[in-house]
Amino acid sequence: MSKTILFGKGIRDGIPIGLGYFAVAFALGIAAGEAGFSAAQAATASLLCNASAGEYAAFSLYAAGAGYAEAALMEIVANARYLLMSCTLSQKFAPNSPFFHRLLVGFDLTDEIFAVNVSRDGYLEPAYAYGTMLPTIPGWAIGTFIGALAGNLLPEFAVSALSVGLFGMFLAIVVPPAIKRRAVAAVVAASFALSSVARFVPVLAKISPGIVTIVLTVAISLAAAIIKPVPEVWDED
Amino acid sequence: MNPWIYILVMAAATYAVRILPLILIRGEIKNRTVRSFLYYVPYATLSVMTVPAIIEATRTPWAGTAALVIGIVLAARGAGLLKVAVACCLAALIVEALII
Repeated sequence: MSKTILFGKGIRDGIPIGLGYFAVAFALGIAAGEAGFSAAQAATASLLCNASAGEYAAFSLYAAGAGYAEAALMEIVANARYLLMSCTLSQKFAPNSPFFHRLLVGFDLTDEIFAVNVSRDGYLEPAYAYGTMLPTIPGWAIGTFIGALAGNLLPEFAVSALSVGLFGMFLAIVVPPAIKRRAVAAVVAASFALSSVARFVPVLAKISPGIVTIVLTVAISLAAAIIKPVPEVWDED
Repeated sequence: MNPWIYILVMAAATYAVRILPLILIRGEIKNRTVRSFLYYVPYATLSVMTVPAIIEATRTPWAGTAALVIGIVLAARGAGLLKVAVACCLAALIVEALII
């Protein structure tokens, strides 16, 4: 497939993500404004960070009078799951792929961009990855800007519906391989169950969602790797 | 606290987390357990983030639940990213309109 076609395919897959980002970023922009940032500052933060939980946490810290070191630490903790995704992505690059692609693709390693790129067969195609970034980075930044500037312009029902769209994309990625491979189905089912336990059991509910995501991802993936190591060639169940 | 410097610190720390493994792990990992672990990571992490969050993202849990069920059914039938995402949005929208 030519680079142009891959780039176009990336843009097409990126558009729904960018629209979802736009809506979700609205709420983030409102939080940034309340924390004391201007719309331009909020948009710059989104342009450079591309992280929902990490940005939100750092904005709240700023409002509470935190310093630079606390901001850095907060970002590391809130974004620690990207360490794992980055490890997975490191194995997805073709051996002869130029190094600078890692630096650029890594810049926009969000949950959704990771998901659409890692779920494709074969090596990562930088042209496709850049295509997915094209609608999503501006969607996130502009959404934050307008959110900080104009507050609650988007009706509540629209925010509610659009936020579900991003999860729909995750389902479209995890469900098809789960149907083909029982081990993946077990991983998905265990993840659904344990993450619900962590959320609804009162003692565990106090743990931050970022930590829950990391701990459960490591525990479930490790258990699966030990019980059902991935064969070189995988026979479909 | 200068807000611009604060934002640059946020950005630098976030980028470092994303880029470090990509810089450090350049070769192919041969260890089968580690390879298997990394293979399962996306499925575990995306699933953990989706449930129960999808149910709590809407104004009534029934809307999120409807979106979850519709999403799983359509994805199981091989619908693509966009179709599943739009169907989930519509399911949530309709259930919210009926209940709220």
